[in-house]
Amino acid sequence: MMLVFGVAVVINRNPVASALSLVVSFLALAALFMSLDAYFIGIIQVLVYAGAIMVLFLFIIMLLDLRAEELRKINWVASAGGLAVALALMVQIFAVIGRFSLAKQTFPSLARSTSDDVHRIGLLLFDNYNLPFQIIGVVILVATIGAVMLSRRETR
Amino acid sequence: MVTLGDYLIVSGILFTIGFAGVMVRRNIIIILMALELMLNAANLSLVAFSRFHVDPSGAPNYNSQVFVFFVITVAAAEVAVGLAIVVALFRLRQTTHVEDITSLKF
Repeated sequence: MMLVFGVAVVINRNPVASALSLVVSFLALAALFMSLDAYFIGIIQVLVYAGAIMVLFLFIIMLLDLRAEELRKINWVASAGGLAVALALMVQIFAVIGRFSLAKQTFPSLARSTSDDVHRIGLLLFDNYNLPFQIIGVVILVATIGAVMLSRRETR
Repeated sequence: MVTLGDYLIVSGILFTIGFAGVMVRRNIIIILMALELMLNAANLSLVAFSRFHVDPSGAPNYNSQVFVFFVITVAAAEVAVGLAIVVALFRLRQTTHVEDITSLKF
């Protein structure tokens, strides 16, 4: 289902429909994360991606008032070239995975099914990864200021 | 039983879809969305390896989940800046079509 909607993101001509299929694709991906016992990551995926980022996309699409692209002549040569490169990439990925002997093993079972992964990730984040965490904070601050500066109307 | 390879193959297909979107589509906003798909494919394989690598105490390897957290954060920042650039560009040129923006073309 995630893959179907992922394809829908790419082939829809209408940007709004494309963004909505991206939301469904992200929700299905969050379900996959949950199936891998990564509950924290799954919830973050729903909140940040399906919530915040997609609202941002939809907001910009509506703000710019993009309708379905007027039927522009599709550059078939460029499209075919792009698809060919993508297909070559997929074949290579499959070849690598097919050769990877660990890929045929099933997942080992966890010690307990109850999940305290928020606790564990938090400890790791503030302990081993404290400096990257602070750098990420600065990155977000810079990105926010940059976004405000870029979208500010010129006043003089 | 689901194997590690199944998740890796799904991740590879998702990455390929995103890559094809970046190569084929000509609308900047759709290209940004396809970039998000590619980042999520990388996240999926990271989480799959994290679940696969169980340490002796029976807990998954949380290092890669922390890494996924960082990737999601940076992706959020990147989308904010990217969409601000798209808005500024749209004000200037009234288009989001990459073939209309060729000022830098020699």
